[in-house]
Amino acid sequence: MEIAEKPKILEVSDISQVYLTRQYRYTALKHINLTLNEGDFVALLGPSGCGKSTLLRIITGLQRPTMGQVIYKGEQLKGINENATIVFQTFALFPWLTVQENVELALEARSLPKNMRTQRALDLLDRVGLGGFESAYPRELSGGMRQKVGFARAMAVEPELLCLDEPFSALDVLSAESLRGDLLELWMEGKIPCKAILMVTHNIEEAVTLADRIVVMEKDPGRVAKEIKLDLKHPRDPKSPAFQRYMDEIYEALAGKTKARIVEAGGAPGEAGGGNIRIIPHVSVNTIATFLEYASTHAADIYKIADEVGIDAEETINLTEASEILGFATVDKGDITITPVGKEFVDADILERKEIFAKVVVELPIFKWMLSLLRKSAKKRLHKEIILGALELEFPEHQANILTQTLINWGRYAELVAYDDNNEMIYLESHTVTP
Amino acid sequence: MKRTKGHPFEKWANWIVLLLVAVILFALVKLAYYTPVAAKKAPVSLALHYIPYYAWRSIIRMFLAYVLSIVFSLIYGYAAARSKVAEKIMLPILDVLQSVPILSFLPVIVLSLTAFIPVGVAVEIASVLLIFTSQAWNLTFSWYQSMTTIPKELREASKIFTLNSWLQFKKLELPFGFVSLIWNSIMSWAGGWFFLIAAEIFTVGQKQFQLVGLGSYLQEAASQGNLVALFTGVGVLIVIIILLDQFIWRPLLAWAQKFNLEMVSSNDNEATSWFYPVLRQSSFILKFEKNILTPVVGVLDKFFNKMASGKKVQPIVEEDTKLNLKTYIVIGSVFLLFLLFGAQRMVAYLSHISLHNYLRILESAGATLLRVFVSLAISLLWTIPVGVLIGSNKRAATVLQPLVQIAASVPATALFPILVFYLLSIPFGLNIAAIVLMVLGTQWYLLFNVIAGVVTIPQDLRYTASLMRLKKWNYWKTLILPALFPFIITGAITASGGAWNASVIAEYVSFHGKNYSTVGLGSLIAESTGNGDYAMLLASTLTMIIIVTLINRFGWRKLYAIAKEKYKME
Repeated sequence: MEIAEKPKILEVSDISQVYLTRQYRYTALKHINLTLNEGDFVALLGPSGCGKSTLLRIITGLQRPTMGQVIYKGEQLKGINENATIVFQTFALFPWLTVQENVELALEARSLPKNMRTQRALDLLDRVGLGGFESAYPRELSGGMRQKVGFARAMAVEPELLCLDEPFSALDVLSAESLRGDLLELWMEGKIPCKAILMVTHNIEEAVTLADRIVVMEKDPGRVAKEIKLDLKHPRDPKSPAFQRYMDEIYEALAGKTKARIVEAGGAPGEAGGGNIRIIPHVSVNTIATFLEYASTHAADIYKIADEVGIDAEETINLTEASEILGFATVDKGDITITPVGKEFVDADILERKEIFAKVVVELPIFKWMLSLLRKSAKKRLHKEIILGALELEFPEHQANILTQTLINWGRYAELVAYDDNNEMIYLESHTVTP
Repeated sequence: MKRTKGHPFEKWANWIVLLLVAVILFALVKLAYYTPVAAKKAPVSLALHYIPYYAWRSIIRMFLAYVLSIVFSLIYGYAAARSKVAEKIMLPILDVLQSVPILSFLPVIVLSLTAFIPVGVAVEIASVLLIFTSQAWNLTFSWYQSMTTIPKELREASKIFTLNSWLQFKKLELPFGFVSLIWNSIMSWAGGWFFLIAAEIFTVGQKQFQLVGLGSYLQEAASQGNLVALFTGVGVLIVIIILLDQFIWRPLLAWAQKFNLEMVSSNDNEATSWFYPVLRQSSFILKFEKNILTPVVGVLDKFFNKMASGKKVQPIVEEDTKLNLKTYIVIGSVFLLFLLFGAQRMVAYLSHISLHNYLRILESAGATLLRVFVSLAISLLWTIPVGVLIGSNKRAATVLQPLVQIAASVPATALFPILVFYLLSIPFGLNIAAIVLMVLGTQWYLLFNVIAGVVTIPQDLRYTASLMRLKKWNYWKTLILPALFPFIITGAITASGGAWNASVIAEYVSFHGKNYSTVGLGSLIAESTGNGDYAMLLASTLTMIIIVTLINRFGWRKLYAIAKEKYKME
């Protein structure tokens, strides 16, 4: 194979990142293995919370993993990897330094004499098309131009490994598009000195457009789901069948295949064999309805829905997951199929939808659990903290928070519970007092 | 300025720290027995032509204390922000330090050193330290807060580009915290002026120490009933404050504009200074910058860079190794043992005080508490309407804003001798004077916060309110007061702290060679200092610390949490 011929530059070996608190043990990354060779352009792709940014920080030495090691050119990495650099999602430019000073700062840290710093900074700024803006402050520039400074600064230190942390996601569509083109051109023509590029992204099309290899990650716990090697020549045409096949393949890897009802619905806190509670995605019921409506009339291909409606992959996956959990749809090979209940839900009017939703949602173990807690309480009400506290035994704080919020929102939509934000009390609606 | 963070550790860390502070105070009180025999009293002449010289001496003192405050703040804030363990101890200490004027004890240590240094110098150092205690804490808090709020990406960027610690300080930390440091420096100087009199005439044991300066001049003038000298002195002080504002702080603020973190350039709230452009164009300044400032800074820069570059860059997340844990446990137990020993000795010492005296302390605490509340109420009563007027009416703002700014810059204590002069003869005179001083010292915090709050009320809410034709009271009840609530609380926290601080000065006055006092914790502290009754001094100071800490913890913090949660405009 040709991969074997290229020298290995970086090896991630069995890395895990575990956060321990008094109550729970949260695994952010689990047994990650990854290899980067010279000439590679690899994309780390996955939903937010899958630990892809954490992995990037471990690879660059900004963070130390709980287990496993990073081998850089045959040596174990300890501390910052001085041969690597990062282009940040939010640019991370120093607002009080001019464009030129920002680039020079990276060189000053490497003790380059002043005149060489200036020369190299000016040269790089010219190369990324920012000649004439040397004395501007970052706040005077557009997002796209700011990120160009980010690229110039990263390249100034002549890194062997260029790491990109969602570099285009804070930009508007056009700037992102043109900057992607610029990056690809610089990389393909060897105008930047780096030997390999590692890009973190949650944008599937971006990954397929740029990378030669895509590592698809899944969350809870963060792990590698699939590695896909792309056999596409540049420039790549997003409309070409080959391109679309890769898109489908990735969506399939991300959305999975609908499993048995009991697995999809998950368990409730405190149940025997706990730890199998599904995280209900944080989406509103109205959005689910709109999503299903579109899916039933237009396209079955998840990737096409995302593309046509203009929502990003992450939102699409979340909506798909929610539909699966509720039993409104099933997924197989990247295609979504509406179930009869789902069809009924889509065709109903507002009030009927609430009824159907209520019928479905009370069947979810986690909802059953919340409702039975409410019924058992003397005044048919509970402080939010009680639900939150129980969930915090299973999830990290922010996830428990979001989950509680979703439970309340869904419960409100179904008119099963009411909630008063002033005293943070969850009430049972009168008609749901008896099961 | 005050932080609210509900980490469980903090709950008991605070009480440990309280005990620690108490034990340290106890140790200091024991040291007070070693004060020099001869009191040092520099004669102060009331002749007007001495004023410039005296003012100069005071400014130098203030400046030295300020430099000390900055150095202290940078180091302390940096250490607290860097280490999670240090943070848990260092922040509560800071909290106590800034709520109570406990370090009036500090000169005691210095004065006990008179065996090695001349009395004159020791007194001078003691005075600078006293001013320091009124300047440092808010600076430290501000620097700590800047250190902990630096955006994560900027931190990561400086790590990945391997900036050494000096470069990080120069290019990231200092610029990021600079604007806040300047604003707090202005507040610190105001605090320093406020305590100037107390810092130039102070009592240790039964001995009074006096230094030549503007503060002692004012006190002397009031004491002798020399109104011409008194008013001239106050006038000179006001002029100094205005000059400093116009020629130092405003230009600095205008220059610091470039460190604004906001990525969008806006013209609102920009600090303006007429003097800054003048400074920029002056050829003298340019020459100074080119020939002196730049080379000197360059040399310093090289030096620090060399010092810092030796160290290896570490990853951001450092995990505590087992060895560290052991060290912590050992240090922690030694510390606890020392603490318990000190506490035991202190309790033994305090048990000598009679029950009668403890009742006196309670009574005094009640009186001062009442005064603090009355002064807060009075301040609220006038600052809310005036603040709303200034904040929502452009024309009123242009007239009133500058007046308010000048008025606020006059340290209330400078006016206090005048107040005492007029009020002492009437019944409850000192009582009234004390409350007036507290109001004078606290109202500005409230006013500025109210103005800041009014500005944040969105225009569309105002429109909606007027479209709904809300009646006057309804308008205030549904819009203005809820919107102002968080700001009023923030202001009141600082204001009540200031009022407690002021009580030591306000409740016990030496005038015409006689001592006047009114019932209160402040006067009890001042009186026991004067009588050399150290046990009483310790007991009443501890009482004040405990009361203020309790009020902060169970009153203000709770209110602040509510304010932040419910009434935030977002």
